Amino acid sequence: MQVPATFAYERADSVPHAIALLERYGPDARIVAGGHSLIPMMKLRLAQPEALIDINGLAGELGRVAIEREGEGEELAIGALVRHAELLDSTAATDLFPIFRDAERVIADPIVRNRGTVGGSLCQADPSEDLAAVFAALGATAVIQGPGGVRTVPIREFHRGPYETAVEPNELLIQLRVPVRPGTGSAYEKVERRVGDWPVAAAGAVLTVEDGVITSAGIGLTAVGAEGFHAPEAEELLTGRPPGAEAFAEAGRVAAEHCEPHADQRGPADYKRHLAAELTRRALTTAAGRI
Amino acid sequence: MRVTVTVNGQPHTREVEPRLLLVHFLRDELGLTGTHWGCDTSNCGVCTVRLDGVPVKSCTVLAVMADGHEVTTVEGLERDGELDAVQKGFVECHGLQCGFCTPGMLLTARWLLDRDPDPDEATIREAISGQLCRCTGYENIVRSIKWAAAAEQEARS
Repeated sequence: MQVPATFAYERADSVPHAIALLERYGPDARIVAGGHSLIPMMKLRLAQPEALIDINGLAGELGRVAIEREGEGEELAIGALVRHAELLDSTAATDLFPIFRDAERVIADPIVRNRGTVGGSLCQADPSEDLAAVFAALGATAVIQGPGGVRTVPIREFHRGPYETAVEPNELLIQLRVPVRPGTGSAYEKVERRVGDWPVAAAGAVLTVEDGVITSAGIGLTAVGAEGFHAPEAEELLTGRPPGAEAFAEAGRVAAEHCEPHADQRGPADYKRHLAAELTRRALTTAAGRI
Repeated sequence: MRVTVTVNGQPHTREVEPRLLLVHFLRDELGLTGTHWGCDTSNCGVCTVRLDGVPVKSCTVLAVMADGHEVTTVEGLERDGELDAVQKGFVECHGLQCGFCTPGMLLTARWLLDRDPDPDEATIREAISGQLCRCTGYENIVRSIKWAAAAEQEARS
């Protein structure tokens, strides 16, 4: 029987209240929402927070998926407390960005997706996290709230290393914002050992094409040691070129060259590097077909 | 910490440690041992219960998180002594062998049919994909859920 160590339990009734509780308990407190990463780690005593601050009651503030005006354009806003199942069911999100449907269908299983949250997945910062690659490909922005107010961090600077993020101990990730551009297609390709598992490798692609030329390319990679979960060299190579099989294959090769996969129980490094190239190529091809 | 959880329509108040998991609250505090306890890592799904109507793995939910909320366990499926259609389906189609995964399968099946009264086979298999049958009796589990869907369709028509 796995039992977590003892901890104090607090229920936040608003975002400012959650932040006040984080300040009161200090760096050994943890926010808990779905708990599907944190609670298993606590049961194995890999994590022993002194206090848990439960934000499950904040769905009104943090549980929305909405398209919002931002300056001249629009952004898709996804609250940190949105459950995986809710994102998968949100046609506002998946019609605009099919990459969400591709990825969410292969994250864990339907019962886990009922509980686990988008914000929790990103804050857990597992080096094999699917959504880290998805939001990196989308060029999303993380909205973080602390005692001093709200700040934003580009998602590609959000992950500082394995299990480390830009969120300070007294701060809370509250939202992800994704720019909406016309003429955009997106896709996610993942290879896993069995249904619902972490990826051996996975790639996300987001392409915007204007007048037959790629004006913006986003490539996200996970589980292959890509810095910031993305492939800037491959993105640069695609920008300004017409979409096509040759360009996508070359982008895959370049993306794979800049990865640093490690051998583990999911496979040897050269296999993962092969997957990084091939899955990038496939994701780009599918994304282009969806524009 | 004092919690009140409504389980199968009945409120239960207990003093619990925050680290108590919902599965153990149901089994050890309330004696509702129909909810099974398996892998303890949110993989196998035998501990699945409905929390405010939504199936969750109760080995990965704290009892304090269910405070003020509604939980349905397998014991809450029957109504006035009559088994739910999904329970009848498992009886009719030999949907269980050892029975270990059955309570969780039944609750997910009920949730699926509440959302989609006429699911195709792929939808059923996807719905139960987070739950493991140690006897590998998936064929009959799928048949049982189809049986329940058909029985409910017929009752409605």
